[in-house]
Amino acid sequence: MDYKSIRKSEITEFLDNLIKEYVIFAPIEKDDIVLYGRIKSGNEVILDYSNSVNSPKEAVIPQLETLISCKTDKDITCVKEHLDEQEQFLLFGARPCDARSLLFLDKVFSDEECKDIYYVNRRNAVTIISLGCTLPQETCFCTTTGGGPFSTDGSDLLFIDIGDSYIVQIITEKGAELVEKLDLRKTQDDELTGMDMLIKKSRASIEPEIELDKLKDKLDRSFEGSAWEILAEKCLSCGICTYLCPACHCFDIVDEERKCEVERIRLWDSCQFPHFTMQTSGFNPRPTYKERYRQRIMHKFSYCIDNYGMVGCVGCGRCVTQCPVNLDIRQVLTSFYGK
Amino acid sequence: MTDVSSKIREEARKLLKNGEVDVIIGFEKGSIPFSATPCFVRNEADTDKLIWNEYCGNNLARYLSEVRGKAGIIAKGCDTRAIVELIKEKQIQRERISIIGVPCEGMLDRKRIMMSCQRKDKTGIEDQDGQLLTRGDSLNTAVKKDEFLYPACHVCTNRNPVMYDVLIGNTIEERKTDDFADVTEFDEKHSEERWAYITDEIGRCIRCYACRNACPLCYCKECFVDSTQPQWVGKTTEQSDTLSFHIMRSIHLAGRCIECGACERACPVLVDIRILNRKMSADVKNLFGYKTGLDIDQPAPLSIFKPDDSEEFMLDV
Repeated sequence: MDYKSIRKSEITEFLDNLIKEYVIFAPIEKDDIVLYGRIKSGNEVILDYSNSVNSPKEAVIPQLETLISCKTDKDITCVKEHLDEQEQFLLFGARPCDARSLLFLDKVFSDEECKDIYYVNRRNAVTIISLGCTLPQETCFCTTTGGGPFSTDGSDLLFIDIGDSYIVQIITEKGAELVEKLDLRKTQDDELTGMDMLIKKSRASIEPEIELDKLKDKLDRSFEGSAWEILAEKCLSCGICTYLCPACHCFDIVDEERKCEVERIRLWDSCQFPHFTMQTSGFNPRPTYKERYRQRIMHKFSYCIDNYGMVGCVGCGRCVTQCPVNLDIRQVLTSFYGK
Repeated sequence: MTDVSSKIREEARKLLKNGEVDVIIGFEKGSIPFSATPCFVRNEADTDKLIWNEYCGNNLARYLSEVRGKAGIIAKGCDTRAIVELIKEKQIQRERISIIGVPCEGMLDRKRIMMSCQRKDKTGIEDQDGQLLTRGDSLNTAVKKDEFLYPACHVCTNRNPVMYDVLIGNTIEERKTDDFADVTEFDEKHSEERWAYITDEIGRCIRCYACRNACPLCYCKECFVDSTQPQWVGKTTEQSDTLSFHIMRSIHLAGRCIECGACERACPVLVDIRILNRKMSADVKNLFGYKTGLDIDQPAPLSIFKPDDSEEFMLDV
């Protein structure tokens, strides 16, 4: 594994150099909250943060995206595909869980047999520089779902905070190419020793430990069980957990009339909304909280293993932190696992 | 365990034991710091889970129209005001609910507490003997809890339950009458400034509908915004669509909103447009002399007609 180092005081300059070549998404603080957003200058970025409220998935699956538009002019209808040439962009300072979520999204949208061209177009333009978690939050559970606070899955470069400097771990070719363009210093041996200690300490602080295949087995047998009704009783059926989740990816497609054109728009949708499964006949196979909440858990921890060989959760803890009724997915999982 | 929690448990046990209710809707300890979480207790043994503290911010009345059987509910002032409205609107029946009222000195904003130490110069925050202490590299700083009161709690004038079967503890002093100073202040701003504030706030909206779903008075079987046949409101996160949703919801709640602030509490991106609902409340008060959620026998002003109703909106012919 190759390493380089960069002083924290040089980060702004580092980003200002990259901004000439890339559109950069990074954590920024606005109105007291940390959100992942596009930056115009390196000094906007904050890196002493726990995690952003939203996930950086917006960069590859935007909440709102025009796929095609149609216009009729003098009896001639033109259809335009909105698949523009993509600028190169950089996700900077993403947490390793979020970087890992892109590997999951790849399985959904960029499978060999079925490629979503809009997704692939954006995804190919992404370089990810993630930031390891020296101080995981109480709501983090990345180790439960196969990741870790310094997981390199999905990242091109991984930054590790060792005090006054970051160690830059070079993970992919893309990452190596990017580092070559920049003048980073050599990492000292004592820096690497310190880093190993940090990684061990951070990893040990994350719970719970669950064997995912055993959990899947128990979930599969729970489908008709009474537990779901009780678990979902306090659920509000809002879309917070799904919209903030870096792995949730369900969408709706609507046609909207705008500026004398009809646009076919893809929008995020949520399995927690009653209308998500409403059929044209008026029948809804998931009419209550129970079926909807069960779907979210089963999809992530059972169906995704069947379909993609990977759970659909990276343990970022956003749904835990932001759920208005504190419906904690970790408690739900352990309640099944413990049985 | 606080005295209030133990009294709540005692009352809940009684109700379940005597078969007066099938379920108690209350709070239990949350899984994350500074939190309490709604819980449904169906047997006497489980009443020991029930707690009461300054993190019991959810409006539990929201669950009443959906819960099966007779329900007991632990209710703050705002929860009881919601219950009054729900009874008036015939969503629940008074005789099928038992209200364990709890006076409330205001609830604390968990998210703002956590945010106050989310940056690494502060490594944590703890509740020690009723005082919040932030931990940092240099000093431990004490923070006044009042600083984290929810905005709605700051202007609450019904800290005591307005209706109950049992009251836990003694009533507390109410604040002076609400003079809607915030609404006056907002009204006095230039229209461009008001527009900028509202559009800036809703610019963050991700349309997760947590505000609507947390609201005790948003109980429509099908919300106008979900309807697809016809589709009244566009589904995008563009300003016109998002704003339509929020303004229509606000107008739909005119004379019905009990200002508990559940909408704002639920929002993951801290959109604060309570001023829209506050404006509605101020208008309803000024035009009809009515405040929501106080008396089940007082008819809702927008569902009745009186010959002397204000008709300022009528055009002179």
